[in-house]
Amino acid sequence: MLYALLCYNSEEMVFSWTKAQDDAVMAKLGVIQDRLKAQGKLGPSLRLMPTTTATTLRKTDPPMVIDGPYAETKEQLLGFYIVDFENLDEALETARALGEANPGGAYEIRPLRLFAPGSLGAAAAGAG
Amino acid sequence: MGELAWIEVALTSARPQAISALLRYFRDLDIAEEAYQEACLRALKTWPQQGPPRDAAAWLIMVGRNAALDGVRRRSRLTELPPEDAISDVDDVETPMAERLDGAHYRDDILRLMFICCHPDLPSTQQIALALRIVSGLSVKQIARAFLVGEAAMEQRITRAKARIAKAEIPFEAPGPIERSERINAVAAMIYLIFNEGYSAGPCADEVRGRLCEEAVRLARLLLRLFQAEPETMGLTALLLLQHSRHAARFDTGGAIILMEHQDRTLWDRDMIAEGLALIDKAMRHGRAGPYLVQAAIAAMHARALHYEDTDWARIEALYASLEQLQPSPVVTLNRAVAVSKTQGPAAALALIAPLAEPLGGYFYFFGAKGAFLLQLGREAEAKQAFDRAIALANTAAEAAHIRSQIDRLSAEVETAG
Repeated sequence: MLYALLCYNSEEMVFSWTKAQDDAVMAKLGVIQDRLKAQGKLGPSLRLMPTTTATTLRKTDPPMVIDGPYAETKEQLLGFYIVDFENLDEALETARALGEANPGGAYEIRPLRLFAPGSLGAAAAGAG
Repeated sequence: MGELAWIEVALTSARPQAISALLRYFRDLDIAEEAYQEACLRALKTWPQQGPPRDAAAWLIMVGRNAALDGVRRRSRLTELPPEDAISDVDDVETPMAERLDGAHYRDDILRLMFICCHPDLPSTQQIALALRIVSGLSVKQIARAFLVGEAAMEQRITRAKARIAKAEIPFEAPGPIERSERINAVAAMIYLIFNEGYSAGPCADEVRGRLCEEAVRLARLLLRLFQAEPETMGLTALLLLQHSRHAARFDTGGAIILMEHQDRTLWDRDMIAEGLALIDKAMRHGRAGPYLVQAAIAAMHARALHYEDTDWARIEALYASLEQLQPSPVVTLNRAVAVSKTQGPAAALALIAPLAEPLGGYFYFFGAKGAFLLQLGREAEAKQAFDRAIALANTAAEAAHIRSQIDRLSAEVETAG
């Protein structure tokens, strides 16, 4: 089954990491991602810019454009993975491993209802 | 990352919110700082075992508040006549505590905490020192090193600055919209000062001094998170990100300045550039560009050019012209002249800066630019004169060395020509 692993953490904290700290966390996460990739279980994964870069379109009539994220929460959605797992247990196991590499916050595990790979392909890799 | 390093980051990032809430509660900066310190000590003891709390700031506020109240009670028991009023006052304010924590005030509280550091009576160096101490939580020792002064002198400077702001009595009530935007402006200017302090520090400078740019970016993002719809705060954050994105390319291994035209653009930090550009994009939607946003747009023109030759100087010149309108200053005109030298040639640029000789008579960059324009016109002797003047006015060894290398090249060319 396809799941989204939604990564929540305090962006205030994550964006206070020094480059070295950020690199260290990413390297640890990379080990787990490489394993999943080798097993053919890892789909697209991405990191979001801070919520300060977000713009929200509220579907009021007429629609309203608001600076900032849709939901103001203590922990923010900072990124996600799309993964293909047998069951929730396997998803939780991976989330635990990721959590050890990346302290604080939470992973929300949400089964996917629809997965459309889109047309961006490898060209979008690297983003920015 | 080790556990303690992680906790340290969590404490630092929760600090502005925690201290500003404790300040609202106790109405005394020293008590608020002590309470926060106490809460941090307890966090270092309990977090490694129990894991981090979900909301670090709320945890620190509650624990800090309780610790400080214990202290107040203990002290009051030791006095012969317990100051009943003081204690019941304290009890009175306990009830709305939970409500205070849930955020209605926290934006203005943090803004207030940052704002008291930029009190107009404080000279800018004291503003920066105070902000780094109170808001960023750097130690006095670190700040002293960043400013190249002794620890005792810095301690005294900060104590004096604190005494001055204690007298200023900035009210705790939520500010009106005009006052709020004045505060945001003052804080933005202070953040920009911190950034410049780090930006002008030069290469391999002290570790703390080098970190000032990152700290300024962090504070700018914080200010923007508090007031998300402020286009000038978006502009400021973008400006700092775009300037800082070049940090790895600005100096060579020997510590000499590398001009933008010679920088290895593959060393520019693409994440910072992308974030800066996204913020400019957002801010432009508001339709009224202020000085920070225009400066960010100028920095973006450089960031967008993959090669120096791709730089859109005409657009940069136009942006400097609008900056001149918004914020007339000889320094802005000098910068426009650099763009003009690219679009219309060095003679036009030289004419443009001629009236600046007096206001910028003590400014390193004025003579650096003047020398460069003269050199392009083949007026070597005058160029050398200007460069000599620039060296005399240089603020850092790297600046002086950079001009000296231009003079060296100049005399080398003269020799070959001769």
